[in-house]
Amino acid sequence: MEILLAILVGLLYASGIYMILRRSLVKLIIGIILLGNGANLLIFLLGRITKGLPPIIPENSKVFLEAYADPVPQALILTAIVISFGLQSFAIILVKRAHKVVRTDDLDEMNATDEDS
Amino acid sequence: MISAILLGFLFALLLVFAGKFFKGKFAVLSSLIPLGLFLYFLQFIPEIMEGKVVKESYNWVPSFGVNLGFTLDGLSLLFCLMITGIGFLVFAYTSAYLHHHKYLDRFYGYLSVFMAAMLGLVLSDNVISLFTFWELTSISSFFLIGFNNTQEASRKSALTALGITGLGGMFLLAGVVVLGNITGTFSIAEMLNMSPELIKGNEYYTLAVIMLFGAAFTKSAQFPFHFWLPGAMKAPTPVSTYLHSATMVKAGIYLVMRFTPILGGEEIWNTTLIVVGAVTMLYSAVHSLFRTDLKGVLAYSTISALGILMFLIGMGTTESFTAAAVFIIVHALYKATLFLTTGIIDHQTGTRDVTVLSGLRKVLMPVGIAAIIAAISSAGIPPTVGFLGKELTYEATMHAPIIATVLLVGIVITKMLLLWAGFVAGIKPFQGNLPDSLKDTKMPGPLMWVPPVILAVLSLVFGIMPFIIEGSLIKPVVATLGGESGEIHLALWHGFNTVFILSLVTITIGTILYFVLKPSAKLETAVGKLEFASPKSLMEKFNTGFTYVSSFWTRVFQNGYLRNYVFIIIFFLIGMVGYSMLGNTEFNIDTSELSNVSFYELVVFIIMCIAILFTVFTGSRLSAVVAMGVVGLTICLVFVFYSAPDLAMTQFSIDTLTVILFVLVLYRLPRYLKIQDHKMRIRDGILSLLFGGMIAALALKVLSEPVNTEIGDFYAKNSYIMAHGKNVVNVILVDFRGADTMIEISVLTIAAIGVFGLLKLRLKRTDRVQ
Repeated sequence: MEILLAILVGLLYASGIYMILRRSLVKLIIGIILLGNGANLLIFLLGRITKGLPPIIPENSKVFLEAYADPVPQALILTAIVISFGLQSFAIILVKRAHKVVRTDDLDEMNATDEDS
Repeated sequence: MISAILLGFLFALLLVFAGKFFKGKFAVLSSLIPLGLFLYFLQFIPEIMEGKVVKESYNWVPSFGVNLGFTLDGLSLLFCLMITGIGFLVFAYTSAYLHHHKYLDRFYGYLSVFMAAMLGLVLSDNVISLFTFWELTSISSFFLIGFNNTQEASRKSALTALGITGLGGMFLLAGVVVLGNITGTFSIAEMLNMSPELIKGNEYYTLAVIMLFGAAFTKSAQFPFHFWLPGAMKAPTPVSTYLHSATMVKAGIYLVMRFTPILGGEEIWNTTLIVVGAVTMLYSAVHSLFRTDLKGVLAYSTISALGILMFLIGMGTTESFTAAAVFIIVHALYKATLFLTTGIIDHQTGTRDVTVLSGLRKVLMPVGIAAIIAAISSAGIPPTVGFLGKELTYEATMHAPIIATVLLVGIVITKMLLLWAGFVAGIKPFQGNLPDSLKDTKMPGPLMWVPPVILAVLSLVFGIMPFIIEGSLIKPVVATLGGESGEIHLALWHGFNTVFILSLVTITIGTILYFVLKPSAKLETAVGKLEFASPKSLMEKFNTGFTYVSSFWTRVFQNGYLRNYVFIIIFFLIGMVGYSMLGNTEFNIDTSELSNVSFYELVVFIIMCIAILFTVFTGSRLSAVVAMGVVGLTICLVFVFYSAPDLAMTQFSIDTLTVILFVLVLYRLPRYLKIQDHKMRIRDGILSLLFGGMIAALALKVLSEPVNTEIGDFYAKNSYIMAHGKNVVNVILVDFRGADTMIEISVLTIAAIGVFGLLKLRLKRTDRVQ
């Protein structure tokens, strides 16, 4: 499964970069989201994956009695997901706003500052 | 001593507040400062004659071994007297030359900063403070050259001079740092106390020498760095007199002299100095023949004289040191005189074109006398001190360590041409008939004509009575340089020998040349055609080319298109990481340790792949967003499979929110864009696939390395014991790393405020782009 996940990560990165290289603003945001997902999955994979053993201490015990998944990558990814949501929502609203002002979705047409246009 | 140096800086500071006072008729009072300093330094002569060295030291940056140490020995004293003595005359002269100039106070400010910096330079014992003062002289010279800042040529020359001498400053800094590393000290006195073999044997000796030469040759306008000096003649004449003939340009000479006892004597030292000096003196002496501007003639003959000095120091014998020391005095006296008289001519007649000027003796008699004496001294005709200088120079060259005959021919030719230059500048404007256009020329005030007369008289006095300078100045200088000062005996008459014959030949041929070759504008233009190959235009071409290349570079890499930046960054990333991965392509993944692929996992994998591809290739924006949501949800499933319930929950809610937000915004946007052509898409596709493949390969590589779970183990062990929570991921976030989470929440809050603001902001009609 690790190999499949690695391929998935690669695919997410590739599609993310491809979308960022497009001229459309909406595609740019989709690209950033895909790239973020890829990064999360990469961290998850590199922290080693463990099946069916969540890092939760059993009901009547103070420490783990058996093997468990590494909690550190999980904590990291949780933070990353939330922060990237902040970024995405801001970007989406910004696109909406920019579109309202300049009436275009094309990055190249947003190249000039107000003075030039 | 330190107060003597600081005095100039303090005076400049005072001028900021009391400039008005010194602008008017009290301007001449400012010359009291160099005069006072001159007298102050004169009183050291008896001590220096006894061979003593006056020292002073103050802590400055003790942690770096940098202190303000000052040493007054024979060499420093000679320079100090020149700086303050000529400084006094120039200060007085300026008060008349720039009478009631709008910025006279500024001019005095720059001038006294320069004087103080120059004094600091020749008195510094510490090489770092020497460097600091060195740079200060360059900076004040920049302001003085560009003093007429309304003229473009003036500004340009100032920049060129700053560029070249600033480059030299870099060399000097590098040189003294290397030297400091070799010797372990920044003090010149301590370097002198070390055994020279230790320094010369060091592997970095050559580097130190090259760096110091770089500094000295740029400052003292040696070929091929000479071209800033003729440009610097755009400065008002007092500046040319003071900085660009008598003092600042001799800083390079000073530097070489100062380090001669420490670094000198090796072949690289001597040969480089001789060759560079000889080339410079000949090259610029020839150049001076083709000038019609008096200051142009003087500028090239100054460069030539500086070349002679380098050449003399390079020979490294007691004779040549003596000749150099005498020639410094000779040159300072006659060149300053000629510059001052040129300034008077310019001031009174309004022209410096030597082809126009003649017969001025009838209206400017005292000036003429001074100029003619200076011209005679520059020609080396007795009984001036110039004759002494020339005899000593020939004598030293005859005993040169290498190719003495060739060098002798070179120096004799140079001296002939210099004689021509001196006569053109000093005699030509005064002989012949006075043209009508110059009939109204008036005599300037005594403040202007007395200084050159004083200097000219000194040329005569020192020539007739050389013993005045012999013991007080020359011997201490030679002793400082490491020569045998006991052997020196200066006298006007050396007997009828080879040197005397050479002198006669020089004077005769030079004088004939003067009568045959008249300076003409025709010649100047003829030579101007060769200008394209001169170091100056080469440097200008280099500058233009450099600007062009860098703007081209910027246009290519920083063209303002986001995707272009991303493309370049990713491209180089692939190039670099890919290159290092090519070296070790081995993948040893232990397949037995990997988890098995169950059927439902395989299904999730396939769904995700399809969703990703659909996101990328769909033509509808709504479907792209939905497909992206599917990608998020399948990742959520991966988290579920592999023991991360918290992640799954977060991912689920966030993914849903994002899709909702997107859809809410979407219906306002225009049709999905599909602008780029096929080629572009293929190019980007290849790049993206390469990048994705590289990341996948990297991930596999990391998986084959052992993993460290120490941190995870710590949290797992202490989660309940210390923090009383059983969900370890939660405990990490809200307890162990609670502060981080709080900051994260603030970031989210800021984003939320931003979103709210953007949504609520009402658009004015004028904000809309039509």
